[in-house]
Amino acid sequence: MSTPRSSSSSPDPIPNPSVTLAGSPGMRDAEEGPDSPPSRMSEDGNGGAWTPDLRCGRWAPPDQVLEIVLESVLEFLTAARDRNAASLVCRSWYRAEAQTRRELFIGNCYAVSPRRAVERFGGVRAVVLKGKPRFADFSLVPQGWGAYFSTWVAALGPAYPCLERIFLKRMTVSDDELALIPKSFPLFKELSLVCCDGFSTRGLATIAEGCRHLRVLDLTEDYFHEDENQVVDWISKFPECNTMLESLVFDCVGVPFNFEALEALVARSPALRQLRVNDHVSIEQLRRLMARAPHITHLGTGSFHSEPGSGGASSVSELATSFAATRSLVCLSGFLDFNAEYLPAIYPVCVNLTSLNFSFASLTAEELIPVICHCISLRIFWVLDTVGDEGLQAVAETCSDLRELRVFPLDATEDSEGSVSDIGLQAISEGCRKLESILYFCQRMTNAAVIAMSENCPDLVVFRLCIMGRHRPDRITGEPMDEGFGAIVMNCKKLTRLSVSGLLTDKAFAYIGKYGKLIKTLSVAFAGNSDMSLQHVFEGCIRLQKLEVRDSPFGDKGLLSGMNYFYNMRFFWMNSCRLTVKGCRDLAQQMPNLVVEVMKDHPDEEGEIDTVDKLYLYRSLAGPRNDAPSFVNIL
Amino acid sequence: MAGADVDVGTELRLGLPGGGAEAAKAAKRGYEDTIDLKLTLPTGGVQKDSGKPEPAAEKAAADPEKPPAPKAQAVGWPPVRSYRRNAMTVQSVKIKKEEEAEKEQPAATAGGNGSAFVKVSMDGAPYLRKVDLKMYNTYKDLSIALQKMFSTFSATGNEGKMVEAVNGSDVVTTYEDKDGDWMLVGDVPWEMFVASCKRLRIMKSSEAIGLAPRAKDKYKNKS
Repeated sequence: MSTPRSSSSSPDPIPNPSVTLAGSPGMRDAEEGPDSPPSRMSEDGNGGAWTPDLRCGRWAPPDQVLEIVLESVLEFLTAARDRNAASLVCRSWYRAEAQTRRELFIGNCYAVSPRRAVERFGGVRAVVLKGKPRFADFSLVPQGWGAYFSTWVAALGPAYPCLERIFLKRMTVSDDELALIPKSFPLFKELSLVCCDGFSTRGLATIAEGCRHLRVLDLTEDYFHEDENQVVDWISKFPECNTMLESLVFDCVGVPFNFEALEALVARSPALRQLRVNDHVSIEQLRRLMARAPHITHLGTGSFHSEPGSGGASSVSELATSFAATRSLVCLSGFLDFNAEYLPAIYPVCVNLTSLNFSFASLTAEELIPVICHCISLRIFWVLDTVGDEGLQAVAETCSDLRELRVFPLDATEDSEGSVSDIGLQAISEGCRKLESILYFCQRMTNAAVIAMSENCPDLVVFRLCIMGRHRPDRITGEPMDEGFGAIVMNCKKLTRLSVSGLLTDKAFAYIGKYGKLIKTLSVAFAGNSDMSLQHVFEGCIRLQKLEVRDSPFGDKGLLSGMNYFYNMRFFWMNSCRLTVKGCRDLAQQMPNLVVEVMKDHPDEEGEIDTVDKLYLYRSLAGPRNDAPSFVNIL
Repeated sequence: MAGADVDVGTELRLGLPGGGAEAAKAAKRGYEDTIDLKLTLPTGGVQKDSGKPEPAAEKAAADPEKPPAPKAQAVGWPPVRSYRRNAMTVQSVKIKKEEEAEKEQPAATAGGNGSAFVKVSMDGAPYLRKVDLKMYNTYKDLSIALQKMFSTFSATGNEGKMVEAVNGSDVVTTYEDKDGDWMLVGDVPWEMFVASCKRLRIMKSSEAIGLAPRAKDKYKNKS
């Protein structure tokens, strides 16, 4: 088994059972020493003189001095990659690193058992957990697959009473588990849930009520299926006194809430800098919130729709006055059900905006242009394709500092019209030379435009192009899109994330393997001719961590060509290709530390079927999980 | 089903691994996020989230009067998150409604999409609610649902009209139609109402005096 390459994504990829802390007396053992004023630590033991452990206030044996020094130094190492490297030096460093790691990053919640993680790392203050594979976002992972927070919170609770931050992505979290957070972690400060499910306003209420030191509550694109009649008024549950809230994001919590309670909460949260509300907030209500939070920097505007109510409708100039008074605004989002006539109200803040998200507002080019021409400082821009190539040209003309662009489709179907094309992409590449990240949905594309982008935007780190019609060639030449993507991997030397689409042959993957040396994440759909494509990728992309493939003509041979590389990857997902159970089983038998999950599309089907609908494999120290549902077969 | 995959899948071609298989996958979705599937398919295509196998080919054959089912949509393609799909669905339904209004074919729009969420505001209530008009078949059903939502109601009055009592004063339900006019609920056939309603508002009947002309008159002139 090969040593893992440097990766920032896993805490402990070496399953080396000899590195255990078998009975070594640590400094934290209760050793009652005499109380003496702490003196400067000496470098070595001084032949028996004990030196104080400044953290615990106890005296430490001389051979432990090095570890104390080491721990003090390692505190400064924050990047997981650096820490992983440090932990490999020797046992002493391993122990010191384990005690000083403050953030526990688990890129795959099934890669290691909670118990093991908790046993190794003693002083964790923040936990990042990622669960389901990304294709779960597109309904490709059946409900009930797994990624339950329950097993983790049960272990984290007793082990880390000082835990302050929890970040979960694609995990299933129940209200009862949310309720455990204030109980287990009295100092809790930050909760961030992204693309999670399983909870409701009842759970949010327990967080609001119980976490007295809460600074951040961010709910981003979580799935809420709550019956409106069972909604709990969670906003009212925040403590009555001034709060420490810095960030409150709940635009995905699509149920109504008590606005007066929110207004009062904002008024008593002097540190609040980020507020993103849901679409139940009207323009009139938004103005009231802005009046209470004049120092806000990140604002999600809710519906951006006028709802007159008893006070009458706000005029555009009144709204503009509200924006003008919010001088620190740098990030604007929301516009979830917007009235276009109110857009001019944001002109006063446009010049300072670094981030603008219009991706839920079906703006036309005519509506966008007068806004975007003010946004000279823009770095991040998300928009719908309704603005068309013309709108994108306007962006290219003004936003020369743009780093990230995302163009989403209003109509996300294969046969839709598609309003942006290679013309828009070309314009962006010419105007936004500092671009680092792009996500672009379209129906018509040319190799020339993609090549132009590869040449004009050499700083690209993320290139995700989605030509929505399957197997679409270059719209002008009729050729496959091989040359375009080839140019991207060749010219964009910092590229770490790539998503391909359109008509692609094995040649495209040969390019990717040859030039994509830094690629960590690769997404493939409806592409390639044969298993050679996969082989090119496995052999060439030496930094590959995450590979997702769907609906491509790859079979067992392609799968097995990755055998020598799977331990260096976080996961490999493949659905609707040509795998057989036998092929997957062969692989599983040869790789004991790989968990190979095979799933059926039709859970209720009986009997042995030889083809595999979905394959999900990942390295793991924990072995096969015991919470897999019946439609998952672990080989 | 999966067996069919193998036979079709081993053919050497650049096209889909198998249209029938794709359609069947689409048909068998028992997942929660099925709303996007219903909406992305044009009429006559594959739908149904009953969980039972219903290949598109069989459906099309059984119903020869309908035009041949268009190419079935692949699950989760294009890769747009369900959260965004659902939000966009409401928007594109609105736009389609506005487009259809010019052609005066509200029924077609109503049939082709899976939901019709509209906001409901009630004067004096602390916040807005939302209802999906597609969930109901008659004004009575809608009235009952609104009753539950704003629980100070008590429905009285004749069929089709909703006259509620809040703290002793009468309220009426009005709606904003696609032309931006505020109409009294209950005058037009249910389907026409669903197709043209953009927003509901429950107001005191005293304020409802002087509203736009009754719907009957408005539509009589158009036809």
